[in-house]
Amino acid sequence: MSDTARSVRLEVDESSRTVEGIDPATPLLYVLRDDLGLPNPRFGCGLAQCGACTVQLDGTPVRSCVLPVAAAEGKRVTTLAGLGTPERPHRVQAEFVDEQAMQCGYCVSGWIMTGAALVDHEPHPSPARIREACAGLVCRCGSQLAMLRAIERAAEKPA
Amino acid sequence: MTSRRTFLGSAAALLAVVATHDGMRAFASAAESATEGASTPLRTWLQIGEDGMVTFFTGKVEIGMGVITGLTQIVADELDVPLSHVRAVTGDTALTPDQGGVGGSTSTELGAFPLRNAAAEARRVLLEAAAARLRVPADRLVVTDGVVRDRTNPSASVPYGALVAALANAPPLHASGENFAQNVTGAAKPKAPADYRYVGKPVARIDVAPKAYGTFRYVVDVRVPGMLHGRVVRPPAAGARLLGVDEAPLRAFGDARLVRIGDFLGVVASREWDAVRGARALEPRWSAGPRSFPAQSALPDAMWAAPVSSQDKVVARGDLAAGFAGADVVEARYAWPFQAHAMMGPGCAVADVAHDGTARVWTGGQKPFALREGIADLLGVPLEKVRVTFVEDAGSYGRGGFDDTAADAVLLSRAVGKPVRVQAMRSDTTQWGPKAPAIVAHLRGAVRDGAIAALDLTVRSFNGGEISSHPDSAGNFIGGQLAGHPNDKPRVEYAAYGRNSATYRIPALHAVAELIPPLVANGSPLRTTHLRDPEGPGTTFVIESFVDELAAKAGADPLAFRIAHLDDARQAGVLRAVATASQWRSGRSAAKRQTGLARGRGVAFATRGKTVVATVAEVAVDTASGAVRVTRLVCAHDCGFIVNPRSLRGTIEANLMQSMSRALYEEVKFDESTVTSRDWASYPVVRTPDVPDSVEVVLIEHGADVPSYGAGEPSSRPTAAAIANAIYDATGARVRRAPLTPENVLAALHGA
Repeated sequence: MSDTARSVRLEVDESSRTVEGIDPATPLLYVLRDDLGLPNPRFGCGLAQCGACTVQLDGTPVRSCVLPVAAAEGKRVTTLAGLGTPERPHRVQAEFVDEQAMQCGYCVSGWIMTGAALVDHEPHPSPARIREACAGLVCRCGSQLAMLRAIERAAEKPA
Repeated sequence: MTSRRTFLGSAAALLAVVATHDGMRAFASAAESATEGASTPLRTWLQIGEDGMVTFFTGKVEIGMGVITGLTQIVADELDVPLSHVRAVTGDTALTPDQGGVGGSTSTELGAFPLRNAAAEARRVLLEAAAARLRVPADRLVVTDGVVRDRTNPSASVPYGALVAALANAPPLHASGENFAQNVTGAAKPKAPADYRYVGKPVARIDVAPKAYGTFRYVVDVRVPGMLHGRVVRPPAAGARLLGVDEAPLRAFGDARLVRIGDFLGVVASREWDAVRGARALEPRWSAGPRSFPAQSALPDAMWAAPVSSQDKVVARGDLAAGFAGADVVEARYAWPFQAHAMMGPGCAVADVAHDGTARVWTGGQKPFALREGIADLLGVPLEKVRVTFVEDAGSYGRGGFDDTAADAVLLSRAVGKPVRVQAMRSDTTQWGPKAPAIVAHLRGAVRDGAIAALDLTVRSFNGGEISSHPDSAGNFIGGQLAGHPNDKPRVEYAAYGRNSATYRIPALHAVAELIPPLVANGSPLRTTHLRDPEGPGTTFVIESFVDELAAKAGADPLAFRIAHLDDARQAGVLRAVATASQWRSGRSAAKRQTGLARGRGVAFATRGKTVVATVAEVAVDTASGAVRVTRLVCAHDCGFIVNPRSLRGTIEANLMQSMSRALYEEVKFDESTVTSRDWASYPVVRTPDVPDSVEVVLIEHGADVPSYGAGEPSSRPTAAAIANAIYDATGARVRRAPLTPENVLAALHGA
């Protein structure tokens, strides 16, 4: 354990969690997955290039693979499972299901968390705006068409 | 899908369910059932609980295309139970049949047969038992949602759950075939397609909602008690040897410790971040390696200059000399680059190797039974000591490296005597994963009277099976090679036009496939293997671009030219369908615009097995920069009987985007000693701004008259050639070197 280890308190998916004895420089990704058992942000590149590790920080999509856990303290962290449930879905999640907008689905934290933040902040983004907002995301299987359709449909719906 | 969601509820539950199956499944390993001509118990494939829940067992695994949903539809239909009453146990060497894992776009075409037959037989046995119970003839019984009723007296009924004792005494099934073709048959005849309730319908995939709501668990989420985290440290150069390494830098990172086995190097720690930082902090001393990679730009020349290690005369029909005599001749060389699987998840596995060599492995590799052989070889233990369990990882598209990660986890676990989870880092897969082989081709074609009179083709490539798609030996793994096991079991696999796609009517056709040796035999990041549709995208780029050249020489419309050379009605039908859907502008390609923004359309056609695909691409080419934008793709697709049109459409769309990405951007970069494509910046793939404005998929159906053929890969074939042909239509420049980057397009424009 390094000298800087300390306890870190996080507000995640509407619950308050504390992790003891952790280096505050540890990327949020590993704390969420390994310490808190919240596996939805997934490791894709560790370089903020693909988006598989995306969570929302106070409603803004961030790459948890490069974000020190200390930077998430005092902020509201939302993972894919905290965004919505089948009973109370976020409309982007519901449209992803309706469009069957994935192949393997490993990347969906990136697309759904980014898409959800977009439609939450801008009432009715245009298809071009959605493409721009998602330009930093990778889907290796090639499901971009279906995922863009899903976000476009969510954007047409009332918030 | 309550059961499914429960199953996927948490990592802990995942492991608990695995344990439950251990207890539940008290019979011999299903792998034994593969023996030709043998009999196999029905319960090997299918079991029904007293609660009426149906569990089927399959060696097929989900890699993101909806295969397990399709199998669920088939089993539900044969048994007349709701989809929600059916669950799958997949890809576990202790629990399921082998079936060769998945590959070759065969899971629906072939893999469904044994389950369909087993389910039909189970229904027959259950109806027999119900007839005895209700004291009515079996032919008076009907089944609705798993409840058997007397058609003439609906109050007389019995649920499947009350009849399952009869399944224990079911007659054995007749087993035949092996690998992908493994099959079983019983006395029952499967349903007529007209009676299907789920098959052929746009059923929602069972895994999509759990994935969208974050309740799905992948192999990266598997946790076992006492598990440590591992990371590997690969050499800086192909063939480099580890001269020495100091463990001291690890002291800064918790309990991180070093594992060294020959040139295999790894770090294991309790905390994942310590393993990551420890692996980065090491400063191992390596030898330089042989530095035998050619200059990137000279790769095609180097391949033509290389010695040929083996040769296969794929097709030799007709008289070439006669075909060329007096004809218009076209001659060209083409090149297709090394490409990377670059899976979204770079690979993850958990291995628990006990002191006596007993090993459990959780992997996302798509051939768990072959992997068991490879792990047993790596550990030097009998096969029975190793159990491999598939848990879904990111989409794999072939032999991308998930098996390498499994071997890494095994080596680390054995070394530290504890379960180890290895999460591959991005460069472990993009840089160090196996690659799809580079291909070069030389073609001479003859056109006479508006038709192809002769084609003489040589395709030369690195071995598509240097790293076998069956990870069944220690040398098959990069970790195994570094630990001292040479790759002694490559399979010989050519990139050959003609094996299953020499479909055009060409009177004289000679096709020769040649292999050249690997640049570095062991420990190389340019070792070669299957990537989605192993040879298809490369050879289809070559042949379908060249057929376009022949059409141009003949002064013909490229789409009509193709139809004129096809005899098969389904094949011509696919081209006609894509012409209609794309509102194909007839006429020879002759836009020839060399300045400003040039627009054009192109077509390409391919078969894979009995599946037929044609794609039309429309492009805009910036003739100043050479940048190509695909504005529209239209794909007509005929894979026979469609089990699930909804998931099929998703798979085809995804194939189109992935193959467009490979056509436009993807080329593994290297210097003299190693691969320099390490991540998404140095190995770029399609991003949303590149997505065409319009993509249309036309599914061609023939009802149940034509059986189901494979659909996982065929639509990845024509895309590159369709785009290249559209570039030609727009500019008059023939881009013969893929990918169709600005650099390669500009070179063609300036040489045109």
